[in-house]
Amino acid sequence: MSHLETTLAALQDKFGDVLEQVVEFRGETTVVIHAAANLAVLQFLKETLGYTFLADLTAYDDWPEEPRFKVIYQLRNLFGPVSLRVKCPLAGDAPQIASVTGLYPAANWPERELFDMFGLQITGHPDLRRILMPSDWQGHPLRKDYPLGYEEVQFTFNFDDIDKKKPYAKE
Amino acid sequence: MTAQDTQLLEATIDELKHLFSPRAQTGETMVLNMGPQHPSTHGVLRLIVELDGEIIVNAVPDIGYLHTGIEKNMEAKTFTKALVMTDRLDYLNNMGNNLAYCLAVEKLMGVEVPERAQVIRVILAELQRIASHLVWLGTHANDLAVQSMLFYCVRDREYILNIFELIAGQRMMTSFMRPGGLWRDVPAGFEEAVRAFLDYLPARLDDYERLTKNNPIWLDRTKGIGVIDGPTALAMGLTGGSLRGSGVNWDIRKAMPYSGYEQYQFDVPLGSAGDVYDRYWVRMLELRQSLRLVDQALAKLKRLGPGPVITADRKVAPPPRAEIGVSMEALIHHFKFWTEGFPAPAGEVYVATESPRGELGVFLRGNGGPKPHRVHFRTPSFINLQSTSLMSKDHYIADVVAIVGSIDIVLGDVDR
Repeated sequence: MSHLETTLAALQDKFGDVLEQVVEFRGETTVVIHAAANLAVLQFLKETLGYTFLADLTAYDDWPEEPRFKVIYQLRNLFGPVSLRVKCPLAGDAPQIASVTGLYPAANWPERELFDMFGLQITGHPDLRRILMPSDWQGHPLRKDYPLGYEEVQFTFNFDDIDKKKPYAKE
Repeated sequence: MTAQDTQLLEATIDELKHLFSPRAQTGETMVLNMGPQHPSTHGVLRLIVELDGEIIVNAVPDIGYLHTGIEKNMEAKTFTKALVMTDRLDYLNNMGNNLAYCLAVEKLMGVEVPERAQVIRVILAELQRIASHLVWLGTHANDLAVQSMLFYCVRDREYILNIFELIAGQRMMTSFMRPGGLWRDVPAGFEEAVRAFLDYLPARLDDYERLTKNNPIWLDRTKGIGVIDGPTALAMGLTGGSLRGSGVNWDIRKAMPYSGYEQYQFDVPLGSAGDVYDRYWVRMLELRQSLRLVDQALAKLKRLGPGPVITADRKVAPPPRAEIGVSMEALIHHFKFWTEGFPAPAGEVYVATESPRGELGVFLRGNGGPKPHRVHFRTPSFINLQSTSLMSKDHYIADVVAIVGSIDIVLGDVDR
């Protein structure tokens, strides 16, 4: 039995109630779990099954579908190596997920990026600020309802006017 | 400055208060801004450093000055047209970015790349690695007072840029690799040009080693500076030369080979101390390994002989020009390809490649349409830069430039 099969069996066994789906696509395995259980599952994967390296942490927006956001953890067991993707769906209304910086210190900046780009609240993050956009920026650029361009240029005299009809996701 | 501006300024400082020790509040330590226009930050990196005399209490990187929204922009372009954005990510690793993105698209589409194209990709990716390492060496040495090095290294990089110009007509933003293969085959004179470079560089590298390796000033500035041990480096997500300098044997070209890297003989140089010197030395050795790889790939290219360099799948790659005049289907494919693009299946892939700086990963998601639903670049500079605070604690402020240089960041890669 390959390590990946062992992993899936162990997850099914231990986290069967939060495990929503296992997806195979182009030889990559994605495990969809309840977002509330992300810490418990990742801790189990890291400490028991050796997925010690967090290769990537990102998200995408399925707007207007619900649950809208999907947070992606790209984990890797360096012996093998075995890759596993963990996906946590989040509802669009006040999306929040627990920080994994305690398990994977590398998650610090990527989680700030999620906060910045998607407006996800990362609970328990040590330093949750915007990272790429300026600190006084309005809206979250990688949301699908955030326009890409073709905006009216805002000057001081028409700032509030334009701001009212701007279609960005307001908090 | 109006009252509103002052408020804003104070709010920003308040926001950062938790990052500094209580001693900064009383004025016992000094908070100093370094950058974003500092020559030794390799671009527009701003470091907010808290100093106790000349000793660093904490260094907080502040990034985003070069954020161009590439990931958002790519969502509005077809898979083919989005390729040109990747050149602009890490401007010292254009070929490598192209390669990572193309591999992701190919995996999503389930397309096979002809062997000749794969071999040329390896040659170009390794030449790009050499070019990138040369710029790193030049700027890093320049930061550490070996100023002549920058001129030598940039001159040598010129040979590689000339080769890129020969094949693509462009020196930097080549967009030469395309989903499915290459834009076109390499022209006559390519092999000779690369061979000439392979003959030229080793003697130059010997010189550069003589300039730095045992230079007492160099040793003073690099030995025991910015130490990070292997397990911490892995936990912080460090990859590439920065990780191997700490003695962790992890190279994606070996561990998870792509583009046929498993067919070539090369070693993965390792350090042990995890300091600035070891990271420097690992990259110096990597330059030689890249030369070895290019040499083998060139020989293989000669053995293979002429052949296609892009997939025959007309949905993913445009038909050859000559075919359009004689084939109705080719004309339709050509038109559909350049106007509508090709639909990708709904699904997501993650592809990891070894860029000169570490793991360059591409997360690509299709949703049945001709445009990517989400592209995310796991850029090595972004993740590696996180470790700056950790590495620079309790060192002199002058060592910050050595540490930042040894991580080898490119701000285009950090900010995307």
